[in-house]
Amino acid sequence: MLKKLNESGMKAWLYLLPAILFLGVFMVYPLIDVFIYSFEEGYNSASQTFFGVGLYNYDYVLHDPYFLQALKNTFILVIITVPLSTTIALLISVGLSSIEKVRDWFQTIYFLPYVTNTLAVGLVFMILFKKTAYSDGLINMFIRWFGGNSVDFIDGPYWAKMFVLCLYTIWVVMPFKILILTSALASVNQDYYNAARVDGTSRFRIFRRITLPMISPMIFYLIITGFIGAFKAYSDAVALFGTNLNAAEMNTIVGYVYDMLYGDSGGYPSFASAAAIILFTIVLTITCINLLISKKKVHY
Amino acid sequence: MGNAIDYTKIEKHAKIRKKISNTITYILLAMWAIIVLFPFYWMILTSFKSYGEYNSEYIPKFFTLTPTMQNYVDAFTQVPLGRYFLNTMIFTIVTTAIMLVVITLAAFAFARLEFKGKNMVFVLFLSLMMIPNELVIITNFVTITNMDMRNTFAGLILPSVTSVFYIYLLKENFEQIPDTLYYAAKVDGTSDLKYLWKVMIPISKPTLITVTILKVIECWNSYVWPRLITDDENYFLVSNGIQEIRENGFGRENIPAMMAAVVVISLPLIVLFLIFRDKVMDGVSRGGTKG
Amino acid sequence: MEVILQNLTKKFPNRDKKKKGDVIAVDHFDIEIPDGKLVALLGPSGCGKSTMLNLISGLLKPTEGKIFFGEDDVTELPPENRCIGLVFQNYALYPHLTVKQNITFPLENLKGKDKLTKEEMNERALQAAKLVQLDGLMERKPAELSGGQQQRVAVARAIVKMPRVLLLDEPLSNLDARLRLQTREEIRRIQRETGITTIFVTHDQEEAMSISDMIIVMKDGALHQVGKPQEVYDDPSDLFVAKFLGTPPINVFDAQVRDGKLYIGGDAVLEVPGVEDWPVYAAIRPEGFIPDENGRFSCKLSGVEVMGRDYSVLSTNSACHSNPVRAIISTDHKVDIEKEVVKFSLKPHKVHLFHKETEERIRF
Repeated sequence: MLKKLNESGMKAWLYLLPAILFLGVFMVYPLIDVFIYSFEEGYNSASQTFFGVGLYNYDYVLHDPYFLQALKNTFILVIITVPLSTTIALLISVGLSSIEKVRDWFQTIYFLPYVTNTLAVGLVFMILFKKTAYSDGLINMFIRWFGGNSVDFIDGPYWAKMFVLCLYTIWVVMPFKILILTSALASVNQDYYNAARVDGTSRFRIFRRITLPMISPMIFYLIITGFIGAFKAYSDAVALFGTNLNAAEMNTIVGYVYDMLYGDSGGYPSFASAAAIILFTIVLTITCINLLISKKKVHY
Repeated sequence: MGNAIDYTKIEKHAKIRKKISNTITYILLAMWAIIVLFPFYWMILTSFKSYGEYNSEYIPKFFTLTPTMQNYVDAFTQVPLGRYFLNTMIFTIVTTAIMLVVITLAAFAFARLEFKGKNMVFVLFLSLMMIPNELVIITNFVTITNMDMRNTFAGLILPSVTSVFYIYLLKENFEQIPDTLYYAAKVDGTSDLKYLWKVMIPISKPTLITVTILKVIECWNSYVWPRLITDDENYFLVSNGIQEIRENGFGRENIPAMMAAVVVISLPLIVLFLIFRDKVMDGVSRGGTKG
Repeated sequence: MEVILQNLTKKFPNRDKKKKGDVIAVDHFDIEIPDGKLVALLGPSGCGKSTMLNLISGLLKPTEGKIFFGEDDVTELPPENRCIGLVFQNYALYPHLTVKQNITFPLENLKGKDKLTKEEMNERALQAAKLVQLDGLMERKPAELSGGQQQRVAVARAIVKMPRVLLLDEPLSNLDARLRLQTREEIRRIQRETGITTIFVTHDQEEAMSISDMIIVMKDGALHQVGKPQEVYDDPSDLFVAKFLGTPPINVFDAQVRDGKLYIGGDAVLEVPGVEDWPVYAAIRPEGFIPDENGRFSCKLSGVEVMGRDYSVLSTNSACHSNPVRAIISTDHKVDIEKEVVKFSLKPHKVHLFHKETEERIRF
């Protein structure tokens, strides 16, 4: 009997072996390693040597104007896109759940951005907003119609570039939020609405006093994942402004990490590690704050 | 009789209000639908405009009277779009296939087999779910570089063939299969592997399909890792390819050709989505965030 | 408030698209429900009684027919303007609100001249809570209450705005057996105290019989019988009603009327003067049997269950539809368990005859 258990134990480990191997090499080891890197000063990736151990990498990153720019960009992006996308998604989901006709069609359409290549569709946004010698681009044409002055949203002023970035980010994250919220709304028992209707509750009050509290766990889930996702923004920015984000003043923290790692400005895994750890300290802190608030506000 | 009049008024009121709010709802929904669809329309439209036509339109037109396929030809001949496409197919298929094997074996061990420390190992696995990719990618980049695997498929594929989340999803699914089936198979002398292949996998097919679809979407759109690990055009995936086309392709700013490439790249996933709409949406709501 | 249903019909499109035609949930219903009564809408599950309730509440629109509350035609009126209280089967208490907030919720919706101050609302809520004896639990959340308490919160919420009609959908089905007895008395009491016309839906005939002033028996969307519980029990208008009411259920036999006599099997068991010669169903209430050595109705004895105040005699008869035949006998009578055959004489008013084809009652 004991032998048999041993045998089955061995067999189990054999089944687990590939997963453990891959996870060990590509997740557990790097996780430890990234902390080591971040404390190794003056690491040279060619010779794999370093001078000493300390906080210099963090100090450098925190004083690097590119990093500060990236930090600022990321925070602006987070603060604008998370509340806005969640609110719009909520409105759309409520609208969706109140109709019957062509609802499936709307849902299918709304989901499309999820299955499209961020880089590819980013190009479309770029040409819609870009101003070139040949053409002002479509969006500027609309602005002109309404009597405004055309702006180059891709190579122009900072706020214009930030506007496009936020817009595109919202466009990209919307399908997931709409999907989650529509299924949350659908799972609210219809009897609650009937009960409220019989009592003559107005639609707005039903929404505020019943629907919103009922789906509040899902809203908080979306806000938390939204924060995490937005802090990790990168490919949306690349799609719009190209790979040299520092030059475009549109770099994000994740972009800074990769730039430190690779490319023309690359070769500094220590700085990259320090920046990555700073990012995740921020994300972790904000997630914890979010969880604390949600504990207080969510009703279940 | 004063009452009766009152009632008809209330009825009318309620009907009108319902109509108005319905109309507003439809208008808002349609507006968002247009915002979503417009970029797609624009890319398809532009991809059919000729280079000359596009550049001569100072004010862009919403239609074209002279559609041309030239851009699609250019996309495949002037830049190695076909190569990118093929690379991505290989990358997607191989990654997904290896991943399915790895996660199925692991999920089977967790769900079906007994061994010492199983719970602890599983908790460790779950805790790995919280580790963000951005944190480990730095070392992985160094590892792959040191192993001389840059610009190889192995380097592209190996770091993304496991997913703790999918192991978890599949394990939950496997555990719903009643134990009696396993014992019955054991009595009949079926080996574990055969039982897994003949019983568990067919029963868990819906979950496996969901996982496959999610992984395919992830692979097809992956950008960061391929960008780090490849600088040889022969190993570019579509995301990097499109970035390359944008920065160096076609010799000049050939937007229509670029859009043709974008259409070609976007099409496979959209078709896949339209076919498996419910599966995709179900899978994503069970466990997918983008980014 | 009197509730009058005229020719009320509700059809749903068939879910199974291959089948043509609509599903008729409520079929040309005509009924007058008197003011201030407790009325049970009784029928087997799927008979359309919940649809009926939703029609009265206004959550569903009828396909045909009219609904009046007293003089007012409310057929087209949306539910919020009907001034009704509705208690859902699963109570539909808002889980994130306290008992008090749940009860005041309908009051906060009042507008214009009906608008209440905070104090008035609290006063009304407390009154309602007192009525259902929940005034000590006002700050609890629904999840912290037992099933019976939740049910009472739901009732309090429904009556707090003084509805003209109170509707309850299967009010007792989610409670365990002991609570059910207690709660049905509670409903009876609350209805008496408030005097609100109350209609409740149930599939449990015992529940309906025990507390209501009037029961409406329906099946497959059609009205079968209306009346006081005892009347309906004693005088069923068709076989379905006879079978549906009463525990233990009525015993049904294939029978024959010949020359003014009722034959079950070969036995002429009862004189039925004035009934034409027809094959019939004879339905006999369990309490309609009297053990009698000289009785004309004989069955094969299979057992006796002692229940204290009376006992039930189980026997079989080849003409019976659902053997065993169950007879409830008072302890004054003796039945010899050793014997193979038991003989009964019958109480004529406990025997009902029904037409074999139409299942309509044949009176004698």
